[in-house]
Amino acid sequence: VLFVKFFTMNSIFIFELKAELNSDKKEKKKEAVKKVIASMTVGKDVSALFPDVVNCMQTDNLELKKLVYLYLMNYAKSQPDMAIMAVNTFVKDCEDPNPLIRALAVRTMGCIRVDKITEYLCEPLRKCLKDEDPYVRKTAAVCVAKLHDINAQLVEDQGFLDTLKDLISDSNPMVVANAVAALSEIAESHPNSNLLDLNPQTINKLLTALNECTEWGQIFILDCLANYTPRDDRESQSICERVTPRLSHANSAVVLSAVKVLMKFMEMLPKDLDYYGTLLKKLAPPLVTLLSAEPELQYVALRNINLIVQRRPEILKHEMKVFFVKYNDPIYVKLEKLDIMIRLASQANIAQVLAELKEYATEVDVDFVRKAVRAIGRCAIKVEQSAERCVSTLLDLIQTKVNYVVQEAIVVIKDIFRKYPNKYESVIATLCENLDSLDEPEARAAMIWIVGEYAERIDNADELLESFLEGFHDESTQVQLQLLTGIVKLFLKKPTETQELVQQVLSLATQDSDNPDLRDRGYIYWRLLSTDPVAAKEVVLAEKPLISEETDLIEPTLLEELICHIGTLASVYHKPPSAFVEGSRGVQHKRLPGSAGSGESVESPEPASAAVPEASPSIIPSQGDLLGDLLNLDLTPPTSTAAPPPTSGLQMGAMDLLGGGLDSLVRPSSHSCPGILHCFSPIPLSSYFLGGDLGGNPVSMGAGFGAPASAMPPSFSAPASGGLDDLFDLGGGVGMPTGAYTPPKTMWLPAMKGKGLEISGTFARRSGVIQMEMTLTNKAMSVMTDFAIQFNRNSFGLAPAGPLQVLTPLSPNQSIEVSLPLNTLGPIMKMDPLNNLQVAVKNNIDVFYFSCQYPMSVLFSEDGKMESKVFLVTWKDIPNDNETQCQIKDCHLNSDAASNKLQGSNVFTIAKRTVEGQDMLYQSLKLTNGIWVLAELKVQTGSPVFTVSISTKVPVS
Amino acid sequence: MIGGLFIYNHKGEVLISRVYRDDIGYVAQRSFMVTSCIKPATLFNVNLFVCRRNAVDAFRVNVIHARQQVRSPVTNIARTSFFHVKRSNIWLAAVTKQNVNAAMVFEFLYKMCDVMTAYFGKISEENIKNNFVLIYELLDEILDFGYPQNSETGALKTFITQQGIKGQTKEEQSQITSQVTGQIGWRREGIKYRRNELFLDVLESVNLLMSPQGQVLSAHVSGRVVMKSYLSGMPECKFGMNDKIVIDKQGKGGDLYAFCCSGKQSIAIDDCTFHQCVRLSKFDSERSISFIPPDGEYELMRYRTTKDIILPFRVIPLVREVGRTKLEVKVVIKSNFKPSLLAQKIEVRIPTPLNTSGVQVICMKGKAKYKASENAIVWKIKRMAGMKESQISAEIELLPTNDKKKWARPPISMNFEVPFAPSGLKVRYLKVFESKLNYSDHDVIKWVRYIGRSGIYETRC
Repeated sequence: VLFVKFFTMNSIFIFELKAELNSDKKEKKKEAVKKVIASMTVGKDVSALFPDVVNCMQTDNLELKKLVYLYLMNYAKSQPDMAIMAVNTFVKDCEDPNPLIRALAVRTMGCIRVDKITEYLCEPLRKCLKDEDPYVRKTAAVCVAKLHDINAQLVEDQGFLDTLKDLISDSNPMVVANAVAALSEIAESHPNSNLLDLNPQTINKLLTALNECTEWGQIFILDCLANYTPRDDRESQSICERVTPRLSHANSAVVLSAVKVLMKFMEMLPKDLDYYGTLLKKLAPPLVTLLSAEPELQYVALRNINLIVQRRPEILKHEMKVFFVKYNDPIYVKLEKLDIMIRLASQANIAQVLAELKEYATEVDVDFVRKAVRAIGRCAIKVEQSAERCVSTLLDLIQTKVNYVVQEAIVVIKDIFRKYPNKYESVIATLCENLDSLDEPEARAAMIWIVGEYAERIDNADELLESFLEGFHDESTQVQLQLLTGIVKLFLKKPTETQELVQQVLSLATQDSDNPDLRDRGYIYWRLLSTDPVAAKEVVLAEKPLISEETDLIEPTLLEELICHIGTLASVYHKPPSAFVEGSRGVQHKRLPGSAGSGESVESPEPASAAVPEASPSIIPSQGDLLGDLLNLDLTPPTSTAAPPPTSGLQMGAMDLLGGGLDSLVRPSSHSCPGILHCFSPIPLSSYFLGGDLGGNPVSMGAGFGAPASAMPPSFSAPASGGLDDLFDLGGGVGMPTGAYTPPKTMWLPAMKGKGLEISGTFARRSGVIQMEMTLTNKAMSVMTDFAIQFNRNSFGLAPAGPLQVLTPLSPNQSIEVSLPLNTLGPIMKMDPLNNLQVAVKNNIDVFYFSCQYPMSVLFSEDGKMESKVFLVTWKDIPNDNETQCQIKDCHLNSDAASNKLQGSNVFTIAKRTVEGQDMLYQSLKLTNGIWVLAELKVQTGSPVFTVSISTKVPVS
Repeated sequence: MIGGLFIYNHKGEVLISRVYRDDIGYVAQRSFMVTSCIKPATLFNVNLFVCRRNAVDAFRVNVIHARQQVRSPVTNIARTSFFHVKRSNIWLAAVTKQNVNAAMVFEFLYKMCDVMTAYFGKISEENIKNNFVLIYELLDEILDFGYPQNSETGALKTFITQQGIKGQTKEEQSQITSQVTGQIGWRREGIKYRRNELFLDVLESVNLLMSPQGQVLSAHVSGRVVMKSYLSGMPECKFGMNDKIVIDKQGKGGDLYAFCCSGKQSIAIDDCTFHQCVRLSKFDSERSISFIPPDGEYELMRYRTTKDIILPFRVIPLVREVGRTKLEVKVVIKSNFKPSLLAQKIEVRIPTPLNTSGVQVICMKGKAKYKASENAIVWKIKRMAGMKESQISAEIELLPTNDKKKWARPPISMNFEVPFAPSGLKVRYLKVFESKLNYSDHDVIKWVRYIGRSGIYETRC
C-alpha cells in the first residue's frame, strides 16, 4: 500500500512539474526548475523530466540557464542519449557574445561525463582556450583537465596539452594559475612524461604570476614550484628570495606551500651561506602564527611542524612555549602539541616542559594523560640532566593510584632503567606495590622485565614471578615471552631456589603452547641451560646495548618524501601518497634535491633479480632460469619490498654473513624467526645490530623483549642461525619445515581494476601439491560474496583442483587468505611467456580478469631424482645443441648448501665431483608433464659465480 | 583536488551535495541499489546522483553519528578522505580520494562559510534550505573541478545575485570578467562617495597562561587591523605603525616622530600576515604596507606579539581543601593600566568540582553566582578603573564520593574589554593617494579606535 502511495504521489508531482516546465511564463519556468533541483538534492528521482528541463536551456536568462546546467550535470550520465540533445545549445553558448555565458558553457560541458559528448566538446574548447576574455580562458584551462580525466587519449591527440603549456605564458595571472593546476594534475597520471617542462624561463613566469594571482592560484603555483629542482645553489637562493614574501600571506595554505618550497630548496644551499641562516630565522614566525588559526588548520599545521622539527630541529628550538596545551584546545590539537613538545625538549627548557607535562597528567582525557605520562619518560631518556626529576615526577604520579597512569608510568620507567642502568633501582619497591593493579599486557610485561632484570635485588622475585605463572595461558604473547625470559634470568641469578619454577615455565612454554615463538624460545633456553649453563649466562645475562634517545622518529627516506608533500594529506597522515591514493596518481616518489650527505639514501632499491624467467619459445624452460631463479632470488635479501637500503657498515657485514647463512631454513617460517632471534640478541654480534640498526622504539630493543616482527630487517636471521646449526636441527622438528622456494606475494589485481577487490598472491609447492596462495582484500564499501575462479588454457595444463573456498562474505576492509590446490590436468596451450597464466575471478559484483606468472619451480615433481646410470646415459645422449649455459652471480653458497637448498625445490643432486678446486654437481629434475631436465653446476670454491649447463632431450630452439 | 562537497544538518541529513569528481563514492554497486530497494524511501535512488550517497553515508555513520568525540578533523574511510568543519550545528564536509593540499581544503571550507554568511547571514539549516539554488550557483563558480577559484565576495556579488542580472551592456560584462580574473580582484572600478571616509579598528586579543604563583607561563597578543573604507576611485593607501624595525631604521634617518618614539615606544612584532590586497614583496623588501583597499569592511592585517605585553588584569587565586567535603576559594583581581581608563564587561569564571553540593559567595564588587550547569562560579563586574583591586571569596561544599579520579582543577579564566591595545601598537598614519580624482589625503576623514579583549586568559589554581 505504501509503495503505491509513494508512486502515485511522485507521479502526480512529476506531472505537475512537467506542465510548469512547459509554461510560457519565464518566472513560472524558473520556479519549476528550482523545484526540480530541490527534489534532486533530497534524493528524489526527477530524471523523467529530462527532455522538459533541457527544453528550458535555450534562454537568455543566465540564472535559469545555470539551473538547467546543474540538472544536466547530475543526470546526463544516466541518460547519455538524451544528453546529446543538449549539445547544440552548448556549442551555441560557446559562441555567445557574453563571456560569462561562454565560460559557463565550457565549464558545464566538461562536467558532463558522457563519452559521446566529448567529441563535440573539442572544437568549442579549442576556441575557448584562445578566447579574448581571460575569464573564459581560465575556465577552459580547467576544462582540459576534466576532458583528460574522461578521455586522456583524446586530449593528447587534439593537441590540447600544447595549448595548455602555452597558457603558462598568458598575460593574465589567473589563467596561468589554472593552467598550472591542470597541467600538474595531468602530469601526475603520466609519471614519466615531461609534461610540466620546468625550466628557468617558465619558473620565472610562474614567480611573476605568483605576485599577482588570487590566494588559490598562489597555492597552485607554489605546489608546482615545489616539483622543480634548481640547477645550482644560486638559482635555488634566488627562487627562495622570491618565495619568502608569501610567508606573510593571510591564507595558511599559501604559507605552508611556501614553507614546502623553502624546505626543499634549502637542501641545496651551502650551510655556511649567510642567507641560509637568514632563511632559517624567517621560517619560525609564520609557523608559529599558524597556531592561531582555526583548530582544523592548527591540526594540519602541527602535523607538518612535526615533520619540519624532525628534519630541521633548529628552526623552532626556541619556540617551545607556543606548543603548550591550552585547556580548551580540541583533543586532536592537544595530542599533536604534546608530540612536538617532546621533540623540542632540551636541557635549556626541560624544567618548564616537565612542569607542563605534570599538569597534563591530571587532565581528563585518558589518551592525553597516557601520552603525557609517556612523554615524561621520554624526557628522562632524552635529557640526561632531567632524568632524576622525571623519575620523581613519575613516582608522584604512581602515588595517585589512577590505574592507567600507574601502568603507563611503569612502562616508561622500564625504558629509563634501560637507558640509565644501576641508577634508579631504588624505586623498584614502589613499583612492586602496584603489581596487582596492572591489567594491560604492556605494563605487565614491563613489570616482569624489571623483576627479572633485577631479580638479585628483589628478595621475593620468585614469588612475584610465580604469581604471574598461574594464569600463564591467559596472558598475551608479549607477557608470556617476557615471563619465560624473566624466570630464566631469575634462575641464572638464583639457581638454588628456583629450579622448580624454571622447569615449570619451560614445560608450559614448550609443551602446552601452540605459539611457535614461545615454543622456540622455550626450546632454546632449555637446550642452553641443559648443555652449558655458563654459556647460557653469557647469553641471557649479557650486557644490553643502550637505547637511543629519540623515539618515534619517522624513517629518514619517508621523512624526506613527506617534506616534499608539506601541506598535503600525506603530511597529515604521515604516509606516502601511494598508501592512500589509488591508481597511478601519487605513485611517483618525491625526494629532496641532493646535497652533501643526503640524497643517496633515497635511491630506491634495485629489484632483487629478474623475478620472472625469460620467455622461451619452447615448452622446455631454457637458460639458467630454473636454477638461477632458485639460487639467486632466494639468497638476495628481499630488497624488492620496502626494506631500506643498507646505510651503515655494520649492516653490510650482516649481509655478507647472510650469504653463507642458512636462511633458507629460517625464511619459510618467517613468523617464528623473531622469537629465536630474540633469545640470542644478547650475543655481542647481534646486539650490535640491535644498536646499530633499530633506531626505533626503545621498548623493542631489550634483550628478549618482544619486538614487532615487521621492524626487523630480514637480514637479522643470518647471524643468529650461522653458528647454531645443531640448535636448528633440534628446532627443525618443532615447526620449521625445509620448504621449497616460494616467491613473495605480488599484486595481481589492483583494487582499481577489481571494483574494490584486490588480489595479491603467489604459487608454492607444498607436499607435492601446487598451491595458488592468494590474499583477497575488499577495499570497496559493500560486502563481497560468491567467489569463483577459472583459468584459461596454459602451457602446463594448470587447473584448479577444487572450487575457490571463500566461505564467509568478505566485508569492507577485510582481507582473507585463500589457498587453492591446483592440478596439471587442464587443457594445454602454449603461452607467451611460457609460465603465463590467465585467470578469471568472479564475485557478486563482476568478473575480473588478470594474468600472472608462476615460478617454474612449482612444476618440479618429487620423483625427479634420476638413477645415476640413467643419468649418465641420458647426459651423453643429448645432442650438444640442446645444451645451454649460463652463470649465476653473487651466490655465496658452498656446493653442499646449494645442493641442499635445491633439493628443497625438487632439484636433485645425482652425483658430485671435485676437479681442481671446482665442485661439479650433476642434477636432475622432472617437470609435471614428464619432461626431464638435466643440469651441471660448477662451483668454484670461494667464488660467488656458479656456472650452469642445462640440457634436455627435447631440442632447445 | 576536492572531489565533492556536502553540507549536512545535525541529524546527518544532506542539505547540499555537489560532486565534482567521479572517483568519490563510486563504489556504489548495483547490489547496493538492489538491496536498498526494500525501503521505499530509497526506492528512487536508482540514479547516479544518489549513488554518490555512499560516500555521504559513510561520513554520516563514521563522524556525525559517531559516539566518541571527534578525534581528528580529517577522517579516512575506505580510502576516501573527509575534511570537515562545523558551524553551529551544520557540518561542511569536503571529500577527496587524492593527495590534496589539506591546508587549502580547510581554508576553502572557511572561505565558503564566509561567502555564505556574506550572502544570507547566519549559517543555519533554514537559511541553507532557503538559499540552496544560490549555494549551488556559488559552488559552481568558486570551485571548478575541485579547484578553488576567485572567492572574494566583493567580486562575486557583481554577477551572482538572487535578483538575476538584467540587461548588461558589453562593457559591464567585460568589466565583471576582468575584475574576477584581474590583478585587483577585490575592488571594482568606478566607486564614488561624496564623503571620503575610513575607519580603522585595532582589535587585539590578549592571551595569558599564568601559574598559581603568578609566573607568566605564556603570553601573547594576537591582533587584527580591521578597516572600513568608503573611498572613491582606486585609491593607493599606505599604512604605518610603531613597528620597531621601521622606527629604528627611520630614527637613524632623521624622522622626528620616529626619533621621539624609538626605544620603548615602538613594539616588536613577531609575525604578521596581510590581506591579499597588500603588496607582500614590498613589505618583504621595505617593510612598508601599501595597498589598494577593498570597498567596505575587511581585515587588513593580523599580527602577533609576545614582548612587553601590558597584562590588563592579574588574577591571584587561593584554593584550600578543608577536609574531604569542603573547599575554600579566594580570588583577587588587580587592574593594571592607567587609572583614567575603564575596563568593561569583566567576567571571572572559577571552576568548581563536579560533586559540588552548595556554594556560598561573598564579593566586594559586581555580582557573583554559582552556575551548577556550568560547574563554575561566575563573577561579573560591569566596569573597573585602572590600578584598582577587587576580591571574591567562596566556600564550596562537596558531596563525599569514592571516585578515585582527582578533580582536574581547570584554570580560572577571565573575560574583559579595555580601550587600549595591550601590545602597545599605535597607528602612525594611513595615507590615501588617488591621482585621478580630485581629492587629497587631507580631505579623507579618518577614525582610529583601539579595543583590547581577553583571548584565553587563564590562571592555574
